[in-house]
Amino acid sequence: MGGIRLYAAVALSGFRRFATYRVATAAGVFTNTVFGFILAYTYIALWDARPGLGGYDRSQALTYVWVGQALLMTTAMMGGGFQDELIERIRTGDVAIDLYRPADLQVWWLATDLGRAAFHLLGRGVVPMLIGALAFELTLPASALTWLLFLVSVTLGVVVSFALRYLVVLSAFWLLDGAGVSQIAGLASMFFSGALLPLTLFPGWLGELARALPWAALQQIPADVFLGRHTGTGLLRVFAFQAGWALALLAAGRALQSVATRKVVVQGG
Amino acid sequence: MAEGGAAERVVAGGGAAGLGAVEDSGFGAAGFEAAGFEAVDNSAPERRVVDGLRAYGLIVAMWVRSTMAYRASFLMTAFGNFATTGLDFATILLMFSHVTTLGGFTLPEVAFLYGTTSTAFGLADLTMGSMDRLGRRVRDGTLDTLLLRPVPVLAQVAADRFALRRLGRITQGSLVLGWSLSRLDIDWTVLKVLMMPMMLLSGGAIFGAVFVAGAAFQFWAGDASEVQNSFTYGGNTLLQYPPSIFAKDLVRGVTFIVPLAFVNWLPALRILGRDDPLALPGWLDFASPLVAVACCAVAGLAWRTGLRSYRSTGS
Repeated sequence: MGGIRLYAAVALSGFRRFATYRVATAAGVFTNTVFGFILAYTYIALWDARPGLGGYDRSQALTYVWVGQALLMTTAMMGGGFQDELIERIRTGDVAIDLYRPADLQVWWLATDLGRAAFHLLGRGVVPMLIGALAFELTLPASALTWLLFLVSVTLGVVVSFALRYLVVLSAFWLLDGAGVSQIAGLASMFFSGALLPLTLFPGWLGELARALPWAALQQIPADVFLGRHTGTGLLRVFAFQAGWALALLAAGRALQSVATRKVVVQGG
Repeated sequence: MAEGGAAERVVAGGGAAGLGAVEDSGFGAAGFEAAGFEAVDNSAPERRVVDGLRAYGLIVAMWVRSTMAYRASFLMTAFGNFATTGLDFATILLMFSHVTTLGGFTLPEVAFLYGTTSTAFGLADLTMGSMDRLGRRVRDGTLDTLLLRPVPVLAQVAADRFALRRLGRITQGSLVLGWSLSRLDIDWTVLKVLMMPMMLLSGGAIFGAVFVAGAAFQFWAGDASEVQNSFTYGGNTLLQYPPSIFAKDLVRGVTFIVPLAFVNWLPALRILGRDDPLALPGWLDFASPLVAVACCAVAGLAWRTGLRSYRSTGS
């Protein structure tokens, strides 16, 4: 299959591209670590006052914090990645070049984003997690299988995140300036992914809504898989939740893309 | 450098900081005079400050006019800024839906800490928030353009792409502050009333100094703007919570090394009538303005050193 080799090469170049910026990566690791510490202390205060809140003990809550810092860039919870670049290409009309490449637009950018995410998991995730584990008492998975399941969940989370950001990007075909939509999408993502607080702490209907929305796939579910809170059919159910949202959103992206590309008119010669 | 004397006179208008760089790049006075800039001796420090502020004001006015050309976009992004900064407070509200006190502090007390630091940080973010673009300018070489203009580089970088939408953060912070003041039962004295503006302005100056020092760091580490975020956005997040919940060493670090505790912790605890966890001498609660001046001096030195060591990427 030539197609798979092509997209693998695209993903690899996405990885390499982000791996080039070593100083920026070190600076990012520093920032993730600082925010990890700040969040960790606020969680300690919260869980000291209410042990067992949201179904987590203190150690699990702290683990949730550091898994969150490791995933913040990986599943692009604040937006970003390919998003700004492709919006700019749509605004300038460079997207015309992407459209007549002998490759699928959506899969091409998905491949670059998977490469980026792999780098961010290794480059931005591992070191803060290690520091967090040294500074606090974390609940790390005992079995290799849990680590593997965590990786599956993170990968699905990245695809859901990509599909959401792809929809944001496509709005630029109509709006040209994607800043407003990007900002609102980033806001929703930060709030509903569980990056600020676990979604199990959201009260009443807000909690039920948050746990049903696709953003739950970005942090809440991978963190719970990491903590071993899902087993057996429960595990299958959360994977189905992630995969279901991924497929639905990717399909929505394809539908919107075909409408967008039919209307696109590129000026100039 | 034969033209050194002449260059010094000309470039003085551009702030002493600009001098080294212009000398280094080998520009003489002739080029400037040919370009229509007159060689005027205005090297007095106060004159440089006035010139810098005037230039800052002009550049800011230009960006505001440009922003207002797209009024709807401005309103949307300002609201977005307001809502984004509000997420932090939504988190605190969610926490307080489960507890009545956090680290021994009630919701209005935490809101007071939140409101004071967010307003102070908002002031710094509005006026100096563009400083973190410096790394990008160093990398793509556009900083050179700024060096050639007879205007202090610091004023140009600070006013670069001035974002009026950041009023959203100040609005959000001051609304929370107003709400907390309406809920708190503070034993107001003249001194405490005076401490409020002092705290917000000194806090803004301390955060502003962090922005400048962070930008100076980017002269060496062009890609490291994220480090700055740890101290600006991270510092702001830290100060939103009571110091009692953090490890003592962390509190010591942000008191004595990067003195963010003077933004709001120390003065705010005095206003709230609470003890500070480090049990520091009481007069430190009033030291914020002095700390702010010291921070600005250190940041100014760092900026000057950074600018002097700047080497263009060429091409």
